[in-house]
Amino acid sequence: MHELAITQGLIDLVLEHAGKSGAKKVLRVNVVAGELSGFVDECMQFYYEQLSKGTIAEDARLSFKRVPTQGRCRDCRNEFIVKDMDWICPECKGNNIQLVKGTELFVESIEVD
Amino acid sequence: MEIKVLKDILSANDRIAHENQKLLDSKGVLAINVMASPGAGKTSVILQTIAGLKDIIRIGVIEGDVSSSIDTERIAKENVPVLQINTGGECHLDANMVKRALRDMPLDDIDILFIENIGNLICTAEFKIGTHKNLVIASVPEGDDKPLKYPLMFTVADIILVNKIDLLPYSKFDIKAYERSVKGLNENVEVIPVSCATGKGIQRWLKWVTDSKDNIDTEGSAK
Repeated sequence: MHELAITQGLIDLVLEHAGKSGAKKVLRVNVVAGELSGFVDECMQFYYEQLSKGTIAEDARLSFKRVPTQGRCRDCRNEFIVKDMDWICPECKGNNIQLVKGTELFVESIEVD
Repeated sequence: MEIKVLKDILSANDRIAHENQKLLDSKGVLAINVMASPGAGKTSVILQTIAGLKDIIRIGVIEGDVSSSIDTERIAKENVPVLQINTGGECHLDANMVKRALRDMPLDDIDILFIENIGNLICTAEFKIGTHKNLVIASVPEGDDKPLKYPLMFTVADIILVNKIDLLPYSKFDIKAYERSVKGLNENVEVIPVSCATGKGIQRWLKWVTDSKDNIDTEGSAK
């Protein structure tokens, strides 16, 4: 359900930046999304189509760059990709793991005409 | 033509959250965002806190729920200012909902404001609402694996209460393992085991609340 709120935020940002540049049409929106940012691509796509109707961002293609969850072991400093929420360091098998990547959710760029 | 944006999608929400916090700061109110799964004991913790502190601290409550006012009615019996936000389906509170609610709260008569979020361990962690502290309530029946399944929530927490410890004898919940995984994600978080049913651990929690209030007055630091 929170995709609705997130998508509205996304469209506001896109229109703001497209407007500033004097664009006539937004062709593509490049989103960077951490694995833990907690939304579903298809769901955001669906809301995007609904909410962007009648704006210059209508019909733009949404593209998602997914950032995998990355942890850093506090004991041996090893950095690794956390798969299937398995928070164990593959080097030293410790479980003292700090989250370093995977929560991002931002618009990297837009492509406009 | 490609235009660099590099802006957080939730930046508009974050801006309103920041305004909320400035308003609370100007009134000297410490605000605590109460997050948990449904049934972990958010309202029970708030009620215990009111019972323990209402003679020395003026408490106010904003109750977030998808619908219904059951929790608000429980709080209203304690004669503290309470306001209901019904999100009508949204699974989290956002900064704008809280902004509207703050207009109707008697902030001059409140020292500590608890904002009870929707029961949900996922997106409530993503939407800042302008509070100074994030309280996460876990409970023994949920199991000790929740920090690893919902890591974001546990990285934003300032304090975690593990509620319903009176049920530990009937459960496989390993409180040491739980603390280890939480501290891995969030080194500085404080974990306090409590039971709202027996009152165990509640004094330690109340001390954390009053200490936080004292510190915020001088630092005004916030999240």
